[in-house]
Amino acid sequence: MHELSIAMSIVEMAQEEAQLRNVRVSAVHLKLGMLSGVVKDALLSSYGMACGGTVLEGSQLIIEEVPVEVFCAVCNVNRKLQSMQWFICPECGATTPTVVHGKEMEVTALEIQ
Amino acid sequence: MSDLKSDVRANPQPRLLEVRKNVLKQNDLVARALRNEFRGRDTFVVSLVSSPGTGKTAFLENTLRLLRSQFRVAALVGDLATDNDAARLARSLAPVKQITTGTLCHLEAAMVQTALQDWDTGDLDFLFIENVGNLVCPSSYDLGEDLRLVLLSVTEGEDKPLKYPTIFNSADVAIITKMDLAEAVEFDEPAAMANIQAVRPGMQVLKISAKTGAGMAQYLEFLVQQRSERLSVSRK
Repeated sequence: MHELSIAMSIVEMAQEEAQLRNVRVSAVHLKLGMLSGVVKDALLSSYGMACGGTVLEGSQLIIEEVPVEVFCAVCNVNRKLQSMQWFICPECGATTPTVVHGKEMEVTALEIQ
Repeated sequence: MSDLKSDVRANPQPRLLEVRKNVLKQNDLVARALRNEFRGRDTFVVSLVSSPGTGKTAFLENTLRLLRSQFRVAALVGDLATDNDAARLARSLAPVKQITTGTLCHLEAAMVQTALQDWDTGDLDFLFIENVGNLVCPSSYDLGEDLRLVLLSVTEGEDKPLKYPTIFNSADVAIITKMDLAEAVEFDEPAAMANIQAVRPGMQVLKISAKTGAGMAQYLEFLVQQRSERLSVSRK
């Protein structure tokens, strides 16, 4: 359960931006890869806790989950994995060790007022 | 019309401000600094992750003991509360330092950095970092290591890789431990191998028994080879 420390980093980051620009942050947009090692629901509940007592209190965390995308060397294109337990190309069945997307944990935007 | 305008002014609509910032940026920066420092000193850094009870400590104790005759080795060990692991590793006579994480379930790069600051080990050929026993949380944190080993014991069940694809994807090599017990627990080796390959195609797998020493020579040879490859790349 490391979601609370992740949530605190997000709050810290948003707080810095808010102070820098002298704005109020009402929501934080986050891209979260399915291979990031972070659980969406746990992060959402940790976020509320992490915001407590900060200028972010009452703000929302909006998570966009990023599916795992791998490179298929046979088809020569990126493909979305159908199962995290099976790293194969959903079209041709070739094994796909190269992960292109899915490890993201990135604050992409802030809603400010 | 003018009413609408004043309403908008009273309740300004939120604007979207693009930022694009990696949440773990701070950790990644520290990890990068550590990696540069290790490379500058020709220290090859290996981290170990596994669930509790996989035999990380016994495995590491043997690794240190065997490498010590030819290389300068040391280990940092993350543990929640006790210093039992550090005490066991100290039997190898290699320098060992404990990082007590309290209730924190993983190591972060800054903890490694702090632990190294006041620890004079001299120049090292190998530094081992034993993470907290956990197959979830450590996967997100780069520690500046060159090689991450994920350990899986024969007593844990062959489907561990399927349950924890993320950690297998963050690691470079899988080590199957406690091979001496394989027969007694009816370990299905082909199933375990297939599951590892399913979540991480092409992953190298080494089988060892810290108790009997089986597979240890091959594993150490592999480490030494990885280190010389790394050194030849960084000297280019």
